[in-house]
Amino acid sequence: MKKTLSRFIRCTTLVIAALAASGCGAPAGNDGTLKVGLIVELTGDMPAVGTSSRNAARLAVDELNSAGGLEVDGRPYRIELVIEDNSAKADQSAAVTNKLINQDQVLAIVGPNASLGAIPAAEIAESSRTLLITPWSTNPKTTLDTRSGKPKNYVFRACFTDPFEGQVLARFVSESLDAKSAAVLYDVASEAPKSQAELFRQTFEQLGGKILAFETYTTGDRDFSAQLTKIKSVNPDVVFLPAYYNDVGLIAQQARRHGIHQPLIGSDAWSSPELIRLAEGAVEGAYFANHYATDIATPVAQRFIAAYEQRYGTVPDDVAALTYDAMGLLFEALRGAATPERQAVRDAMAAIAGYDGVTGDIRFTPGSGDPVKSAVIMQVKGDKFAWMMNAAP
Amino acid sequence: MNPDTIYWLQQLLNALQLGSIYALIALGYSMVYGILTMINFAHGDVFMIGAFCCLLAATALGLPFAPTLLLTMAGTALLGVVIERLAYKPLRNAPRVSAIITALGVGLFLQNATLALSPYPKAMPPLLDNLTWQFAGISVSSLQLIVICLSLGLMLVLDHVVHRTPVGMAMRAIAWDKTLVPLMGIPVNLIISITFAIGAGLAGAAGTMYSLAYPVIDPQMGIMVGWKAFIAAVVGGIGNIRGAMIGAFILGGVEIMVVALLPSTYRDFIVFSLLLLLVIIRPQGILGQAREQKV
Repeated sequence: MKKTLSRFIRCTTLVIAALAASGCGAPAGNDGTLKVGLIVELTGDMPAVGTSSRNAARLAVDELNSAGGLEVDGRPYRIELVIEDNSAKADQSAAVTNKLINQDQVLAIVGPNASLGAIPAAEIAESSRTLLITPWSTNPKTTLDTRSGKPKNYVFRACFTDPFEGQVLARFVSESLDAKSAAVLYDVASEAPKSQAELFRQTFEQLGGKILAFETYTTGDRDFSAQLTKIKSVNPDVVFLPAYYNDVGLIAQQARRHGIHQPLIGSDAWSSPELIRLAEGAVEGAYFANHYATDIATPVAQRFIAAYEQRYGTVPDDVAALTYDAMGLLFEALRGAATPERQAVRDAMAAIAGYDGVTGDIRFTPGSGDPVKSAVIMQVKGDKFAWMMNAAP
Repeated sequence: MNPDTIYWLQQLLNALQLGSIYALIALGYSMVYGILTMINFAHGDVFMIGAFCCLLAATALGLPFAPTLLLTMAGTALLGVVIERLAYKPLRNAPRVSAIITALGVGLFLQNATLALSPYPKAMPPLLDNLTWQFAGISVSSLQLIVICLSLGLMLVLDHVVHRTPVGMAMRAIAWDKTLVPLMGIPVNLIISITFAIGAGLAGAAGTMYSLAYPVIDPQMGIMVGWKAFIAAVVGGIGNIRGAMIGAFILGGVEIMVVALLPSTYRDFIVFSLLLLLVIIRPQGILGQAREQKV
């Protein structure tokens, strides 16, 4: 009874608000709050990812609300976060996206993080004309329309994409390490390493470098001696290994044993503390790309890290940092929106020229949901990951 | 030497290293098949247990290389005997397919038991100093030499045991005729236990060397290596000890050369095609003897 009554009141206010604004069917903005959905992986395979993401989103919203919220079209609003768990599953992702859009009537969605769930959620957001920003999904398909292959209109991301990472690393190797030649060894059966390897080759060759060996292996392989012997015989300046950390441990040790002492270059899949343990010192001095580094020096990042540590007692990881940026981008879009409506928020999001986030400067090229942003280059130093430089796109 | 020659000699060395490890495991398949005409599909997982034994001996007990190797071999030999006594012996007179399914079950048990105890990949500490020498442009690591020499040594010892000792003679006799042999006063159960102990012990040695050469180990590592060793045994002629060694070196050679010449994705495709082709052309394997099937 109480519920019906409150719903009745809400509907009435909504009608009045709608009349007052002479708009039609605004999904939020009835009582000075704007509803924002958050889809995270709280249960399932990667609870650590979901927890970090939720923590960062709550931090962002609480900071904003305690500072007085934000203004849309001259009126102040507070943000209400509606959190849904997708169990790190594709079907569950689709279900909660529908729920947030149709039942909770959120203005926009942040999440999911893993591409597995982000791709189906993005499809639904696109067809429901609702803005969705994924913090962590690097798969190109998330922001691309499956049928036309063109960018989706309502889906954005806060992180870089897999092909972009390959490009950034090629540029870093060529310009900062002054490498003229490179060899690549990657897992051909895994999607992210494959697209990173291909774009690395393409960009490196455009920059005048030579790829002397482009070798592959298959998930689960342990003997890389044939590939490494080939790489050794062509004597490249650097060796690019876009592989998951457990493979890297094996490859790096075998490479050193085969007398390959050139710098090793890796991807964001290296960024697990486990790598140091598995590689037994063989990755010392290696470089890899990442989304963000805790020892990065920008004031924005330091403020976030301090606030996060104070509230949760742990150092925020890359998912937390990217979620915080995704929320920041969304707030920016809300501030720029002409009215508190879905379409207006999406249009304002597409119009954001630049955003100075925790993970660096984020820009979108018109008509694309993939940001142009710098990656962080890390170096393995004394069994720790140390920030080395920001690699500009 | 010309760089091309050096390159191919280097790849040959890689092939020898891989082949040696396959050979040690293939021997276990072949010996058990020779005696019981049964394919012990748990053998790949005994190899995996060998790698974990080696990790335990090296980290928990802090032993150096030689005692670690001996302890691991003893541990897996014991495991082999226990598996035979508990799982295979009660089925010795059952249809052969029951024994094979039991073997698969034992393999799954070992895998999942290890998975329950240690689900994450583990790093193997280096037990040997890693030295690299240059011979006329070819770099040879101490590890490669140890793996190859130790494997060849163990194979020679085994060959001697099987062909030149009374125990070996008893094994060959059981392989020949299981019904008549006990009448000659040969303790069949003991000889079968010894066979399993030797086979599993060699798998333990292979596990030790494999985990030193490829020092990240996990509970599923035995699956693919086990299959490859099984193929090696079939290629060489299953049941034939020397055939298993030849098959393993051929397989190691093919794997390395395929990757050296073609994209690595073709490797398993070519290896398994080789098996199919051989089964069609020469079902008994390279050194195997065709037996007449009694119906």
